[in-house]
Amino acid sequence: MKRLGLIINPIAGIGGRVGLKGSDGVEIQQKALALGAQPQSHLRAAQALEALLPLRDTFELVTPPGAMGDTVARQCGFIPHPLPFSSWEEGNSTSAEDTIRAGRWMADHPVDLLLFAGGDGTARDIFAAVGTQVPVLGIPAGVKIHSAVFATHPRAAGEIAAAYVRGERLQLREAEVVDLDEETYRAGTVITRLYGYLQVPHVAHRLQNKKAPTPASESVRAESIAAAVIESMQPGWIYILGPGTTTRVIADRLGFPKTLIGVDVYTREGVVALDVSEARLLELIERHPAKIIVTPIGGQGFIFGRGNQQIGPRVIQKVGRENILVVSLSEKLNALKGEPFLVDTGDSSVDEMLAGYMQVIVGYWEKVIYRIAL
Amino acid sequence: MKAVSPKPMPKRFHQASWDEPVIFELNQPGARGVLVPEVESGIKQEVGDVAAKLPESLRRKSAPALPEMSQIHVLRHYARLSQENLGVDLNIDIGQGTCTMKYSPKVNDQLARSPKMADLHPLQDESTVQGILEVMWRLEQFLKEISGMERFSLQPGAGSSAIYANVSMVRAYHESRGEGAQRDEVVTTIFSHPSNAACAKVAGYKVITIYPDADGYPDLAALKAAVSERTAALFITNPEDTGIFNSKIQEFVQAVHTVGGLAVYDQANANGILGITRARDAGFDMCHFNLHKTFSTPHACGGPGAGASGVSPALVPFLPKPTIEFDSKRYRLDFDRPQSVGKIRPWYGVAQNILKAYSWIMSLGAEGLREVAEIAVLNNNYLLNKVLEIQGVSMPYAKGKRRIEQVRYSWEQLTKDTGIHSEEMETRMVDFGMHYWTSHHPYVVPEPMTLEPTESYSQADLDEYIAALKQVAGEAYTEPDTIRTAPHNSTVHQTNHEPFDKPDEWAVTWRAYKRKTQKQ
Repeated sequence: MKRLGLIINPIAGIGGRVGLKGSDGVEIQQKALALGAQPQSHLRAAQALEALLPLRDTFELVTPPGAMGDTVARQCGFIPHPLPFSSWEEGNSTSAEDTIRAGRWMADHPVDLLLFAGGDGTARDIFAAVGTQVPVLGIPAGVKIHSAVFATHPRAAGEIAAAYVRGERLQLREAEVVDLDEETYRAGTVITRLYGYLQVPHVAHRLQNKKAPTPASESVRAESIAAAVIESMQPGWIYILGPGTTTRVIADRLGFPKTLIGVDVYTREGVVALDVSEARLLELIERHPAKIIVTPIGGQGFIFGRGNQQIGPRVIQKVGRENILVVSLSEKLNALKGEPFLVDTGDSSVDEMLAGYMQVIVGYWEKVIYRIAL
Repeated sequence: MKAVSPKPMPKRFHQASWDEPVIFELNQPGARGVLVPEVESGIKQEVGDVAAKLPESLRRKSAPALPEMSQIHVLRHYARLSQENLGVDLNIDIGQGTCTMKYSPKVNDQLARSPKMADLHPLQDESTVQGILEVMWRLEQFLKEISGMERFSLQPGAGSSAIYANVSMVRAYHESRGEGAQRDEVVTTIFSHPSNAACAKVAGYKVITIYPDADGYPDLAALKAAVSERTAALFITNPEDTGIFNSKIQEFVQAVHTVGGLAVYDQANANGILGITRARDAGFDMCHFNLHKTFSTPHACGGPGAGASGVSPALVPFLPKPTIEFDSKRYRLDFDRPQSVGKIRPWYGVAQNILKAYSWIMSLGAEGLREVAEIAVLNNNYLLNKVLEIQGVSMPYAKGKRRIEQVRYSWEQLTKDTGIHSEEMETRMVDFGMHYWTSHHPYVVPEPMTLEPTESYSQADLDEYIAALKQVAGEAYTEPDTIRTAPHNSTVHQTNHEPFDKPDEWAVTWRAYKRKTQKQ
């Protein structure tokens, strides 16, 4: 019988909706909770487990106690095999050490596939624990998802795991574990580091590509995109600018400051608010007609739900599809190799509303029609 | 007698390498190629001071800064440059996909150089140039038959010039209907030639580009999402650069017509469809040909080419002027065309190239043209089968389907396996006296290679090209450093591309080069 490991980082992603750009470190986690953040990762793990439920009698699920796996697994209808650790109890905060300890156990008592729910920080811990000893697959649940070890969606992670359990021959490949330095990230500087590689089962189009860099020679086109956007700005409207180097050029060209990885709000005349949370956005769009300007993040093709979670589903719904401007360098579109844009807002009705063809600004007076997948 | 051992395959090659300077650097002050004799005294007395007879504005203030050289040094310079070259007259030039590098019969060049052609002047009275006007008129009749269009203008100077003529006519058409301001968008596809997007933008249109669907066809659903009452026209290359036959092209035309837009067919390269399909039969309103692709007039290193713009009956009034008319007795230039978009270039077209294209078509006849397309398609599919046997290459999109006259291949697998990129492979091919083109930038197909064998090459030629390609691909797996350090047998080693992004380091004239280098 196949053995499937599950490790949930219970606090992964809590910094996202409150605009904290990550959840590493106890202090930030407490700050996030104080700002009203709700843990998300167990819900994402549950989405993945749903796809495995029909197969539950054909494999053994191995998971740590409490919030690191057991609780969610039981809620989803599994009877997991517990790890022999008693110190983790429901409600306890967990640390990187706990993830590493659980990972080491699963490498020493090898599982056939290790599913983990978290972000880049969790991926680093898993890498530290298992290296390339066992195949691993990430359920995207963190704020920062730059590593190529994550499925495109929690559901997709479940589907890949299900295929693995069914014994379908899946190719394994080494995928990058990449993380940003959160300290410098919050200060507005992106420093990406490659931490290593995990063995990841590969199903075409279901894993996220490593984020593609933007070479300097593209800066002229980024400027022309900015010119096109600025030309379209109307008085009385507010413009919600998502993170990304392409969107930052718009603020630069307007002569306004922009936080590199935060969501910022402007009018044609000036800054309305920098580095806003979802709650603040909801407040602002109550009072002003608004447009959202976003760019796909690197090679992943996500336009909502990765790195810009502050623009939550209720914000998108209120602003409306017709008021979303997607901007992108054509290199980033080409790097998707024909795969559509992805959205993962956390609300499937909003994801559905976004699906379909969308105009993307790729230069001054230049647009392409690109598809957003469900 | 001992037989000579057979030549290896691929052939050994080393390019002539003269390290030839720019001609300005060969300047020898005082050297002369021709000593012009003094004017005889009798003539001098009769004519007087010739320079004084020239208008002041035409007289130079100082001597031109031309290089001073003897005849033999000039000859040697250009003979050497001609050897530091690749191309269809030297080797197998099938790697310049989409460009249609076919053989240009030399007899057509001879015709164009004959005094009957070369001594003509475009300012001559039309009664004295009835011959070339007849050639132009008759070529128009051929192109009408080939495309199904109502009329053609041969005025455009090349392909982009023809596309620009077509965009201008699109604008004039919509303006004549009072919809000029409303229709400010042109739709094109990512695998159409980028001149379509570029010309539309130059003409003041906003451009919307369609990406292919999963099978590599232009995405019909995306087109339907793109067109609206703002659509002026669809500009589409067909077949696209992928070489895939688009069986739904009529639906594309209909989708644009439904919203009141025009459908414009870029068939610069019509090599795969001559005598097989016609633009007008698919419902297109306009099209253009490059005479220097499909109709064999040479590309001539970027010019002069020749373009031909064709239109449906509704667009005839907007054609560039003059048109060439024939009343069954004499040919005349018609300038009285009030709705015309005017002139696209000086005079009436690149007359020498028009003559070459006319001669080429006359030498083949209707059946010959169809045979051109059939052999081009056959050659391409032979090549395709052989190329796909090489390790590391693939043909993206439309799996299992054949291609028309060209293929955009991908070396993505080879790059994953070996770390060697398509541009490096291309550079190594130069060591065999061949080359290939990747694709327009930015790449949509990863690690691309675009091959188009045309009808001009024999099976043995294709086999030789494949042998070279196979050897280079093999080296990627066994001795990648040979490729990384290529070319080894060529004139110029690897060039630094970085200055392409730095206008301060551009110098397109000797004077600019001197000014910019002296500044440092």
